[in-house]
Amino acid sequence: MTNIVNITIDGKKYKAQKGKNLVNVAKENGLYIPTLCHFREVDPPLGTCRICTVEVDGKTTSGCTTKVYEGMNVEINNPELLNTRKAIIEMLFAEGNHFCPSCEKSGNCDMQNLGYDMGITVSRFPHVYSKKLVDFTSDRMIMESNRCILCKRCVEEIKTKDGKDVFSFVKRGVGTRVQIDYEEEAKLTDEEALYAMSICPVGAILVKGIAYEQPFGKRKYDKGGNSKQVLINEKLKRKSKDGKFVVATTSLAGCFGCHMSLLDINTELLDVLEIVEFNKSPLTDIKKFSKQCDIGLVEGGCANSENIEVLKEFRKKCDILVVFGECAIMGGIPAMRNFISLKECLEEAYINGLTTELGANVIPNHEDIPKMLDKVYPCNEIVKVDYFIPGCPPNANHIWKVIKNILLEEEYSITHEEFKYD
Amino acid sequence: MIPNNHITQRTNLVNVLWDIQKKRRFINKDDIAKIANEFDISKTELEGIISFYHFFHFKDAGKYTIYLNCSTISKLHNYHEVKKAFEDELGIKMGNTTKDKMFGLFKTSCIGLSDQETAALINYYPFTNLTAEKARTVVSKIREGQSLQSICDFPKDNIQYKPKDEKKTIFFKPFKMGEGLEQLKDLSPEDVIKMVEDSKLSGRGGAFFPTGVKWKFCRNNASDQKYIICNADEGEPGTFKDRVLLNTYPELLIEGMAIAGYAVGATEGYIYLRAEYKYLKDRIDNAIEKFKNAKLLGKEILGIENFNFNVKVFMGAGAYVCGEETALIASMEGKRGEPTTKEYFPVEKGYLGKPTVVNNVETLCAVPRILEIGLKNYLSIGTESTPGTKLLSVSGDCTKPGVYEIEWGMKLRDFLSLIGAKDPHMILFNGFAGECLSMVDFDREISGENLLSEQIQFQFKDPIEYAYKMSGVGLRSGGSFMVFNKSRSIISILKNVTDFFVAESCGICVPCRTGNFLLSRKIDKIKLGHGNKADMEEIQEWSHIIKQSSRCGLGKTSTNCLLTAMLKFPEEFEKLTQNESNFNGSFNINKATHNYDTIIQEIESTYD
Ligand SMILES: Cc1cc2nc3c(=O)[nH]c(=O)nc-3n(C[C@H](O)[C@H](O)[C@H](O)COP(=O)(O)O)c2cc1C
Ligand code: SF4
Ligand code: SF4
Repeated sequence: MTNIVNITIDGKKYKAQKGKNLVNVAKENGLYIPTLCHFREVDPPLGTCRICTVEVDGKTTSGCTTKVYEGMNVEINNPELLNTRKAIIEMLFAEGNHFCPSCEKSGNCDMQNLGYDMGITVSRFPHVYSKKLVDFTSDRMIMESNRCILCKRCVEEIKTKDGKDVFSFVKRGVGTRVQIDYEEEAKLTDEEALYAMSICPVGAILVKGIAYEQPFGKRKYDKGGNSKQVLINEKLKRKSKDGKFVVATTSLAGCFGCHMSLLDINTELLDVLEIVEFNKSPLTDIKKFSKQCDIGLVEGGCANSENIEVLKEFRKKCDILVVFGECAIMGGIPAMRNFISLKECLEEAYINGLTTELGANVIPNHEDIPKMLDKVYPCNEIVKVDYFIPGCPPNANHIWKVIKNILLEEEYSITHEEFKYD
Repeated sequence: MIPNNHITQRTNLVNVLWDIQKKRRFINKDDIAKIANEFDISKTELEGIISFYHFFHFKDAGKYTIYLNCSTISKLHNYHEVKKAFEDELGIKMGNTTKDKMFGLFKTSCIGLSDQETAALINYYPFTNLTAEKARTVVSKIREGQSLQSICDFPKDNIQYKPKDEKKTIFFKPFKMGEGLEQLKDLSPEDVIKMVEDSKLSGRGGAFFPTGVKWKFCRNNASDQKYIICNADEGEPGTFKDRVLLNTYPELLIEGMAIAGYAVGATEGYIYLRAEYKYLKDRIDNAIEKFKNAKLLGKEILGIENFNFNVKVFMGAGAYVCGEETALIASMEGKRGEPTTKEYFPVEKGYLGKPTVVNNVETLCAVPRILEIGLKNYLSIGTESTPGTKLLSVSGDCTKPGVYEIEWGMKLRDFLSLIGAKDPHMILFNGFAGECLSMVDFDREISGENLLSEQIQFQFKDPIEYAYKMSGVGLRSGGSFMVFNKSRSIISILKNVTDFFVAESCGICVPCRTGNFLLSRKIDKIKLGHGNKADMEEIQEWSHIIKQSSRCGLGKTSTNCLLTAMLKFPEEFEKLTQNESNFNGSFNINKATHNYDTIIQEIESTYD
């Protein structure tokens, strides 16, 4: 019996086996501490991802490296810790390049799942647009360092028969990345290679040729998940007033997919039209603002000078600015050009590309043609944005629920299905 | 389990890498293949280790490798003109090597010469008080073929002050080799530990962990082998007191290590010397030799049964984080210098898995003195919680930069006049990981009295509340004391501080590696006048997140200066920030389209 200790978690008393790791103790008692790097019983624990940050006797520390002892007082779920954990995930998203719609791991990704779980709509941190190496050299594997979260699972777990490391951290500081050793990698069996891919919590380690074997929709995290409540900023509520709410919409550097999604609510659209009236919008083909609007809905990020002008105009003419879709929130697919020099992009498109005409030698330019920006910017790096609706595209119900939420001050919860980003 | 002989070999890895780096000035692909094979590790793992250390290069770093200190004190002096002089003279930009591979020019963080900045190392020979002219002369002398040894400046000690009364001086007075060891004949290891515990000696590396307690833990962990490691990594910007001790009192240190070995039952000692102090290695090696010749190191020292002890020097390779004790041990074991999760403390499982004591140079140097002057006399010096004296390294805007040995308990105000501080406005106390002090702190005393917990110290939102609550609280510093007058830009200093951590983070934790990077960008934004109140709030929020969730002391302290500066110098930030706006001031459409304009121009002119 001496091996049992009494501990307090979030004010409640529990008994646990002395010296056991806190994350596991919590789990046994039905309490959830989110983790990313933690898996199986790696000893000593990796303690790299910091997502299990908890408070032990008033001091913050990582839960996975904490062993329980008599009388310890643990806090898991106070608002500050919840915020810190969410911030860490957001920072991981901002640090790497996570274009989920184009990622092989989407649906099987532990980090994406935590993102859903925590209801992240946008990262509070500006995107770094990391330009680390994407390494295709190995015959069997692809190492996409820009997705790696440096959890160290692969470094510690994947060794050759003679005990050598296949993966290793190289460099330090913000440039740290994981490097793969081709020679050692070649010594792994196919099973071991698949295992490496499967323990990577994100889509950084990929085995060529099989990444899409499991169809989307049938993946580990495709089902399940909770409904989300949209939090409304007190200052940004609309008081019901006479007449209809005025809404403007636009598509910047996007694919119009988000606008298509807008129309996807079918007959409910008629209900919507009861309460809103559209001003400037591709849906109405009104080109110019004719009055101040209540809400502006923006799809797409900023890739050229015109996008910037339109976005700024929207900010001025709309009391509440809502951006929707990944491109508007983090640059999305167009931002994939941020890793390549603008010159190369333009030359590929107009001069050297496979589909350009033989002898093509001009990049179209004229004072009437907008100028390309050095990179694609998410909307909130240009203007202040009031609400973000994630998704690629966002689900129609999700969009309208948020809008109605803001306009009518009614609370709608959004189901996991509607909230899914991809 | 990895076989033991493998691990022991590994401990030699950094040495082997040094040999090649010294011989060839870089480590090439063939070397990597050969070494990986010899040490039976994969090439990737080896590259991971090499790329961790600042002083190992994959590309030729030049026959003469110049490392110019770019930290804030260097910038206070002549950094910019010296950098330009080197660049012009050599015809290369910082971070490059000349075509003929004669010279390489690189930036490096504080090299422990803050009292004689601007300073540089050339092939690890020190050059101090540089000016543009001196830099040019140095280059031409090298070109003429003069030896570095003959033209370098061996750093002065600059011991500026010690207590008037020699009885109150602990460090800076003559020392007779063996005097402390002699007393061990009459003391059991337990007696020594008890004495150190009673002396309240606490870690002078900056963490102030009670030394006696650390030793007791180590003593109580039974093991066939234990180690004493002296942490001579002195990486905290602005500190150089260990340099002075190593240069002038290496005997005191070796004796302190031997006493520690006796107390905890360790037979081997290592001095982890930062590469920046390579010029001190001979001095230390000679002192070790002297001890051996006098039979004060080796077997059965002074005839005391089972008292065997030896000391060796281990060279670091340029990584601030390796000053963290678990990272230091990893580095000695031939791994990347990453701090561990502290599943075990070094006193439980340290170097090669054996109980290990890691102590700072100054901590170890204090021990023979306590034996020498006696506990009672020692306790009569300083204050109740912090008896004895403290070494402070002083640099910046003052007339007398250098090392000060002061009795604990001196008022900050008195200390400032002692060092000849001119119109002090801000002090970086305890280095970049320490805190910013302002006028409101000047009446506090330098001691360990009435301390408050960390959590409280960094939670103040209101400067008045801070002044009120902190007025009676002592100030402790591992050794760094950088003083700045009103003409200095606080925001530029903070930028230098933050960039230091961006470069030195080991890369394990996202809050530390990327959080500090994002903060550095934010500081840029504010520096350029594009920031607003929301940015300021974000800096605070992000700083707390980094503090809360980082693994080791580096991340936990990296934002201290920033947070305390924001609390104490709000006006410095206010004058740079704008009103809140719906538009991001830092986005500039002309800049963003400049690239495009140039490309179009180029293309048009090529095809015209
Ligand atoms: C990032 C970091 C850097 C450190 N650098 C040093 C250092 O350069 N020298 C030192 O003595 N201690 C340094 N320390 C403190 C050591 O971890 C350790 O506490 C100290 O060496 C113990 O010796 P002491 O108790 O005698 O101070 C550092 C700690 C951290 C977290
Ligand atoms: S590649 Fe995957 S498993 Fe390896 S450290 Fe990166 S995220 Fe972790
Ligand atoms: S806090 Fe920074 S230096 Fe310390 S372990 Fe984490 S990343 Fe490395």
